[in-house]
Amino acid sequence: MPDLLLELFSEEIPARMQEAAAKDLERLIVGALSDRGLMFDGAKAFSGPRRLALSVLGLPAKQPDVSEEKKGPRIGAPEKAIEGFLRSAGVTLDQCEKRNDGKGEFYVAVIARKGRATADVLAEVLPDVFAKLPWPKSMRFPGSIVRWVRPLHSILCTFDGEVVPFEFAGVKSGNTTLGHRFLSRGPIEVRRFEDYEEKLRKAHVILDTAERKEIILHEVKQKAFALGLELIEDEGLLNEVAGLAEWPIVLIGRIEDQFMDVPPEILQTSMRTHQKYFALRDPKTGKLANRFALVSNMVADDGGKEIVAGNERVLRARLSDAKFFWDQDRKRTLESRVDDLKNIVFHAKLGTQYERVERIEALAGEIAAKIGADVEKSRRAAHLCKADLTTGVVGEFPELQGVMGRYYALHDGEDAEVADAIRDHYKPQGPGDVVPASKVSIAVALADKLDQLVGFFGIDEKPTGSSDPYAIRRAALGLIRTVLERNLRISILRGEHARSLYSRVAKSIQDVRNRALLDPNRELIRNVSDQVGSERMAIALTQQLDPDATATKFLNNVSGLGVFIADRLKVALREKGTRHDLIDAVFSLGDEDDLVRLVARVEALQGFLKTEDGTNLLAGYKRAVNIVKAEEKKDGFEYAGLPETPTNAPLEEHDLATALQKIDSDIGLLINAEKFVEAMKLLAGLRKPVDAFFEKVRVNDEDKNIRANRLMLLSRLRATLHLVADFSKIEG
Amino acid sequence: MARTFQDLILTLQNFWAKQGCLILQPYDMEMGAGTFHPATTLRALGPRPWRAAYVQPSRRPKDGRYGENPNRLQHYYQYQVILKPAPADVLDIYLESIRAIGIDPARHDIRFVEDDWESPTLGAWGLGWEVWCDGMEITQFTYFQQVGGIDCDPVSAEITYGLERLAMYVQGVEFVYDLAFNDKFRYGEVFHQSEVEFSTYDFERADTELLKHHFEDAEKECAALLDGRKLALPAYDQCIKASHAFNLLDARGVISVTERASYIGRVRTLAKACCEAWLASPMGDYQPRFG
Repeated sequence: MPDLLLELFSEEIPARMQEAAAKDLERLIVGALSDRGLMFDGAKAFSGPRRLALSVLGLPAKQPDVSEEKKGPRIGAPEKAIEGFLRSAGVTLDQCEKRNDGKGEFYVAVIARKGRATADVLAEVLPDVFAKLPWPKSMRFPGSIVRWVRPLHSILCTFDGEVVPFEFAGVKSGNTTLGHRFLSRGPIEVRRFEDYEEKLRKAHVILDTAERKEIILHEVKQKAFALGLELIEDEGLLNEVAGLAEWPIVLIGRIEDQFMDVPPEILQTSMRTHQKYFALRDPKTGKLANRFALVSNMVADDGGKEIVAGNERVLRARLSDAKFFWDQDRKRTLESRVDDLKNIVFHAKLGTQYERVERIEALAGEIAAKIGADVEKSRRAAHLCKADLTTGVVGEFPELQGVMGRYYALHDGEDAEVADAIRDHYKPQGPGDVVPASKVSIAVALADKLDQLVGFFGIDEKPTGSSDPYAIRRAALGLIRTVLERNLRISILRGEHARSLYSRVAKSIQDVRNRALLDPNRELIRNVSDQVGSERMAIALTQQLDPDATATKFLNNVSGLGVFIADRLKVALREKGTRHDLIDAVFSLGDEDDLVRLVARVEALQGFLKTEDGTNLLAGYKRAVNIVKAEEKKDGFEYAGLPETPTNAPLEEHDLATALQKIDSDIGLLINAEKFVEAMKLLAGLRKPVDAFFEKVRVNDEDKNIRANRLMLLSRLRATLHLVADFSKIEG
Repeated sequence: MARTFQDLILTLQNFWAKQGCLILQPYDMEMGAGTFHPATTLRALGPRPWRAAYVQPSRRPKDGRYGENPNRLQHYYQYQVILKPAPADVLDIYLESIRAIGIDPARHDIRFVEDDWESPTLGAWGLGWEVWCDGMEITQFTYFQQVGGIDCDPVSAEITYGLERLAMYVQGVEFVYDLAFNDKFRYGEVFHQSEVEFSTYDFERADTELLKHHFEDAEKECAALLDGRKLALPAYDQCIKASHAFNLLDARGVISVTERASYIGRVRTLAKACCEAWLASPMGDYQPRFG
């Protein structure tokens, strides 16, 4: 069976886009082929600095023939209608069949469609597919009316070894490509995938990204090992450099000794972000080594000597800059920098970083008192936690925020725990990161995240769909993980600390608004006056805005935070296999935002529902609720209240009544004492009387009173179970 | 091989002259980058073909380091090439220019690393790369997509060489002031004092009230020149003036974050209006000379 080989050859494609583009290309072409009845054995896409390629194996030489039926008008329908039908179907009347659908006879056109040659279909389809390829950023270029990521130079497309002729972006398809930019000369002619990959290799191009990565990783490790060092693994960097070289060659360079007393994080970040070098370490001490690994794209005739020397020179300049900032930064204390935060806007509606720090500081103190952390140290750490944003190093490398704060704090002679908290209050910075460990760090971390959540919810900047520009989801998840993993007994949204946080955030928003009205550069006024066409009118209008309306709006916005956190909790617990419906069942009781307690309750419930007693009781509950609901609807009356079981009632009715009565008082006590497993055991005791009741007792007795009593009994069963969780939310 | 700083410039001048470029002279105004030269900003617009190359002194008040930093300067030279429309083999031509300077791609590691260019003050952006030589950025390469908020059609290629950096690389020098300007003079003899004095001016002495007035005067004049019978080129000069006044104010640290955005927006408004006026002028529009 014939194969398809395709390559789009362009100027250098940004490394970060290559793999996604190859996947998209494969997805779009596979979809287009399947849509046209062209099945195949396999497809594989490739990407590199200058090319996207796709190999599709085992395609048919032509599309299958298909016959298509089209229902027409009834026999004897007006001539115009029949004519119109024949025209649209492209058939004559005697080519139509007559059929009967039971209601009468009508015409059916049977159109036989011959399958077209696959090559013809490809020539037609491929340009459309290319035009649909979703580049994150694309450009126009001379000679083309469609956009591509960078100017497109050639398209190689063969089917069964022959060129599939078409044109895209002003480029005609053919059977040639080019090799490495500097290590290969002249066009390479290709017929099939096998000679494509081999010829490229001879032309110093490794086609497969996975193979390039393997080569890089292997080479770096080996060269490090030869020096008694090891690689500090960096997946993101590996992906990037694999997209920057068609023929990766690893070289080792040296970091000058004068830089080795600069914090290793600065060295590593500078090497990574500016130069894309791998850092190495000494396996014995774990310390950063004075060597780095660079990945070049060149086999130089001097063995890379000049390349290494050049790179070392660049790094020296880079590190001199970094060292300059590091020395400069330590000339001022963090404390003296706090005031500078007034010049850094955190968010246009939430005020400056200084205002944020004021809020975090107060909140961290309150949380510290609750979780048994040192209040003074927590407040101190919070006070200093954003001051490093004004330093040169963090200005240059924003990802070092916190890390640098810790270094500067230690340099200033701050308490070690305070310094650690400055670094760790950003934790966890992603699913792979650990949550803060010390109590002081925890207090500041929680305050930071809560302030962020309440702030952004307060101004209605909630994440929507895939858009989460302020990383609100990450903050919520970090908060949840910290609370659960550190087993913190704290009410997140309802405690007194939360109430004072709300009022502080609301005040900041109000302050910002007031400032906007007074500021000579007032943006609000300018925006409004752009709309109404007069500045005087704009000022009048803005001043009329009711401040209370802002407060109401704030509270309204923030009220969505509880559900948001519950949703995040579901995501957080999904991996552990915790059922989301059970989280809902407990959460919707409405007064629980102590996450540790909530999760303990959910877990006990989940354990219970796995037992036979649990499943049966749930079934009994559902049956009871259905009956009560149906009868209440019929009677227009709610069966609540204490049932009074008459002495002559059946034994099973008595048993259930007694069981419920007994459980009712005990279960409340157990839940208050957070003995959820024991509470579930009590519930298990209900299963037998419930089953027996449904087996032996008819609820809808003719006697009105007996019926009412039984309905109340079932209603009470529901109420009792709802002390544990809202069972109606439980699925299955 | 360009042994000295001025050799480097002469080599590039000769190289690009052979590529059919007009060898223009620096624009006689203070500007942050060669892109601001009307030969790039304005000529990148409209259908008329254009090829030009020139040295442009670039002033970045904020980058002043009192002559103490090994490679940061508040005044340095860019070599700017603009090719419109961008030729299909423009990268090959560029690599030829690198060879001409004395960098042999067979001994070095030349890479095109994604770096999209944007100038918020000019309302301009494009896609391209920074060109790396052994890990050092030696050129900025951009395919212009928009200038003054207007689509560039046809698309131009802009090549910007940082001359000092390039010379430092070619000469193997680590401190910019050690560069051989010619056989007799070092770069420091020519420019060190000026770096010290201008850094002092940029950060300490520039009269900010006066600068604010300069900004507003230029803004006013620019708008006036675009009112009635439009004078695109003189108006654009005023836009350049406003932009430099803003850069000085920024270096003096008297502009807050919100003000900053607002100043940039005001320059952009001027730049856009100039670009539109240019397009409506005889040279902006394409008028074939024959037939």
